[in-house]
Amino acid sequence: MASPTLAKKSSLNPIRRRSKPLPFPLNLYQTAVGKKWVMAITGLMLLGFVIGHMVGNLKMFIGVVEHNDERIYDLDVYAEFLQELLVPIFPPTVFLWILRGGLLAAVTLHIHSMYSLTRMNLTSSIKYKEKRTWIAANFASRSMRYSGMIVFFYIIFHLADLTFGVLPWYEFERHQVQWNVTESLSNPVVAAFYIIANILLSIHIFHGAYSMFQSLGINNPRYNSLRRGFATGVAILICVGNSAFPVAILTGVVDYDPDLVDHPAEASLVESE
Amino acid sequence: MSRTLNLELKIWRQDGPDADGRFEVYPALGIPDDASFLEMLDIVNEELIEEGRAPIEFPHDCREGICGTCGMMINGKAHGPEKGTAVCQLHMRKFNDGDAIVIEPWRARAFPVLRDLVVDRSPLDSIIEAGGYVTAPTGTAADANDTPIPKEVADSAMDAAACIGCGACVAACPNSAGQLFTAAKVWHLNSLPQGQAERYRRAENMVETMEQFFGSCTNHGECSEACPKEISQDFIAYLNRDYMKSKIKNRRLAGQS
Repeated sequence: MASPTLAKKSSLNPIRRRSKPLPFPLNLYQTAVGKKWVMAITGLMLLGFVIGHMVGNLKMFIGVVEHNDERIYDLDVYAEFLQELLVPIFPPTVFLWILRGGLLAAVTLHIHSMYSLTRMNLTSSIKYKEKRTWIAANFASRSMRYSGMIVFFYIIFHLADLTFGVLPWYEFERHQVQWNVTESLSNPVVAAFYIIANILLSIHIFHGAYSMFQSLGINNPRYNSLRRGFATGVAILICVGNSAFPVAILTGVVDYDPDLVDHPAEASLVESE
Repeated sequence: MSRTLNLELKIWRQDGPDADGRFEVYPALGIPDDASFLEMLDIVNEELIEEGRAPIEFPHDCREGICGTCGMMINGKAHGPEKGTAVCQLHMRKFNDGDAIVIEPWRARAFPVLRDLVVDRSPLDSIIEAGGYVTAPTGTAADANDTPIPKEVADSAMDAAACIGCGACVAACPNSAGQLFTAAKVWHLNSLPQGQAERYRRAENMVETMEQFFGSCTNHGECSEACPKEISQDFIAYLNRDYMKSKIKNRRLAGQS
């Protein structure tokens, strides 16, 4: 007996056609609701990274420590620890690269889902001819695309600055993290850019960390009231924590003294002579 | 004694779906403040007709906030400045003498303007067609309270079922997303025992039909603010959850929880 229920086709002409379903799990990424899941999950991964990154960087406030009978900046100890993550299960740096690969995939999917959802939204909507009022939408929720894009360019800049060390305004030295970060951020223009980018990142998180609950269907009257507070708290944490680094370096609270460590950055010795 | 108001209306006029629209300004003089917004438009139309000009077409039917026919952007807000009401329940006492009021039709690619303030909202019907029903046995009606339903569930289903399908959620959404409407219609049935048989097929079909016409949800929350029935965004989260389950669940095991 034929199923009497489903209307085969709507008589209306839709704006866009339904795409042919791909095999599981690729079909999850074919609809906007699925893409929002991907957006939320990758956003959560990136949020976890941002928090972990901030916590790691807080070590620059600890200064010099004794490590394996050597005097070394704690930030450099931490950098070494990251290279040695899960050794000896993996050879050195391998697990770090796995994590980096995950981040790269998350960033790619986060951006691609944004791109395709934005296109969908632009083709679905028509702007009002007269001024319209926003009641619930806030600055953060309406500027996600722009805050996200600026943060993306900031990340590229940040990688060029402190990971690849290809920017011309200081002498980059591999594996001398404390030296690199203090040298780069003691430039007030660079520091200002870092602070502005982190404020934008926090604005992005203020909406993202709330919105992900909705996208993932995590909704329960018992804790719904906490979601906004959670997003606000994380956004403030990131903003204050990450802005503290350039501020501390500019004010000299965090600095680099080659005399305090056993293996100072070579560039620092050249300068002091 | 009721006051009377003199207003200046700036209204979108458009002769047909393919015609270019434009704003026109009309005076609305001596409007009693007991009048509803639609009655105010009636008064203006009476005068237009008397002058031999084409009256302003606007959608309306029951005029008591339950049919979902009326709907327009009034001063940039869907259904006007009152929260939780449709245009027909908006009264002129909410305005002041001398106010200028801007009236625009709903705007979304899926809602083409038919004439002036009237838009075609048939895509909402297509979404219902795709799954907004339950399978019920024919024959004698079941006894009342035959199926026990927890009070919270019944309340939640009722809150979702309050949707009158006016399209304000789409109109208020910067992405023209139909999420709140679809979520309300899906959750109304998916939350109840009677709706379980088609639960995941319903979520899947209704979402996928919705996405052929509307944008995607970015969780601004404008829809719930605009909704004359104050339907909560919570239903959108439930919809997202059921949609993902529809893709992942082994439906041969449905009913075994």
